[in-house]
Amino acid sequence: MSGEDESVGMFSGIAGIARRDLLLAWKRPGDVLNPLFFFAMVAALFPLAVGPSPEQLKLSGPAVLWVAALLSMLLSLNSLFLSDYEDGSLDQMLVSPIPLSALALGKTLAHWLTSGLPLVVVSPVVAITFQMPFSVTGYLMLTLLLGTISLSLLGSVGAALTVGLHRGTALLSLLILPLAMPILIFGARTVSLVASGDGVAGGLYFLAAYAVLTLSFAPFATAAALRISNE
Amino acid sequence: MWKFIHQLASPPHFYRIAQILLPWLYVPGLLLIGYGTYAGLFLAPMDYQQGDAFRIIYVHVPSAYLSMLAYMTMAVSAGIGLIWRIKLSHAVAAAAAPLGAWFTFLALATGSIWGKPMWGTWWEWGDPRLTSELIMLFLYFGYMALRGAIDDTSKADRASAVLALVGAVNVPIIHFSVEWWSSLHQGPTLIKEGGPAMDPGMLYPLLAMILGFTFIFGALLLRRVRAEVLFRERRTRWVKNLVLSGGN
Amino acid sequence: MDLSMGGYGAYVWTCFALAGVVLVVCEWRARLLQRRVYRDIEVRIKALGDS
Repeated sequence: MSGEDESVGMFSGIAGIARRDLLLAWKRPGDVLNPLFFFAMVAALFPLAVGPSPEQLKLSGPAVLWVAALLSMLLSLNSLFLSDYEDGSLDQMLVSPIPLSALALGKTLAHWLTSGLPLVVVSPVVAITFQMPFSVTGYLMLTLLLGTISLSLLGSVGAALTVGLHRGTALLSLLILPLAMPILIFGARTVSLVASGDGVAGGLYFLAAYAVLTLSFAPFATAAALRISNE
Repeated sequence: MWKFIHQLASPPHFYRIAQILLPWLYVPGLLLIGYGTYAGLFLAPMDYQQGDAFRIIYVHVPSAYLSMLAYMTMAVSAGIGLIWRIKLSHAVAAAAAPLGAWFTFLALATGSIWGKPMWGTWWEWGDPRLTSELIMLFLYFGYMALRGAIDDTSKADRASAVLALVGAVNVPIIHFSVEWWSSLHQGPTLIKEGGPAMDPGMLYPLLAMILGFTFIFGALLLRRVRAEVLFRERRTRWVKNLVLSGGN
Repeated sequence: MDLSMGGYGAYVWTCFALAGVVLVVCEWRARLLQRRVYRDIEVRIKALGDS
């Protein structure tokens, strides 16, 4: 898998696999760009369907952008373990001396860097088309930042459970969406509250707490799921 | 006592003992539901705000309560099965899921019907209980879908157990999220959360219904687990002997 | 004994009926499952003999 055949510390294990996935993503920019285009297109669907009234756009902006981000993340989560499963790297990960949960965390980190963070960066561009004031956009980015972390982590569990399954794509969405609903509720509605001038600290604290919570259990759940799916 | 519990984990013993337990669950359950229904519909005083429509509480709350009890049963037994590798435990989880889904559906349907005369709409996204019940229904569907997608029973058991546990962590979070937002906006709720401040004439039938439903859930669960066990153990000697001797 | 439930009869009775139906359906399906599993085992044992 890599040149690290002497016993490695956990952090370098995480960094190692993250680096590898990032390199792979670098070589295939489509993997990063396509979900971003998807995000923009899904967001565009709403004004197309509902009509271009600016007040409506402003009102629905946070929600639409959040839903589009959620769907984009789901799309990219599908392939989290897929290529490893297909080319045998997953088997190697299973027998590696590095703890599987560390490897899972590393892959999830790379996934977030290539799918979640780009969404955060690109969101202001799409937000402008929804008449979103800059002050609100800042909060949108913050909630997306926190939310996508949780989504990557939760998503990795789902991806591990469904890797290699027939029709795994739809199943993954079915598994992850109910779990993602609190993130969506807090993410989108907190941003809407900004627009109306209410306090948003509570919502942000929740998103941060949720990210920490998922960080603490998701790698282990993902590791367990990987073992189960691949015996 | 310990021996009894240990024996319970053995499929043939469980199969036999469960059958003996069934009437002990059905009879009290039906009696409690009978009393609860009669008292709830005809004896309990009318709610001054909602009129007689509030009587729907006597089926809505028990089904909502059971939808959550079933999920906890599913998650706990899946966890026990995963950690201690007890096959029977996995069978309990598998059996609990469809029951839980039905109760969740019932909670949603009765909640929706209750909402119509109260709010004028068939659905109210602002009601925290309805929204979290809906999410829970999706959790059940996901669990059953995952089970269905994996052919190997043992794999399906363990994979769905991981899912059930992750979901269990999220259930309180989901409830909290929806409640929190509802409280911010004072959304309409079906039940004023001043539960125990209820008139005893209103409360006792409700408690009876909740308890009665729980007994019936237990009976239904035991039935389903027996069928699960029979299926999973279909190639074993004890099952063959059982069927050959025409046993039940 | 106000059977019309103060005018809300349709709503209240529908809910109770629905609850009854769900319980009965669950009971029915549980029995059906048991019967089907049992029958399948019976058939297979008789087909294969006592192997």
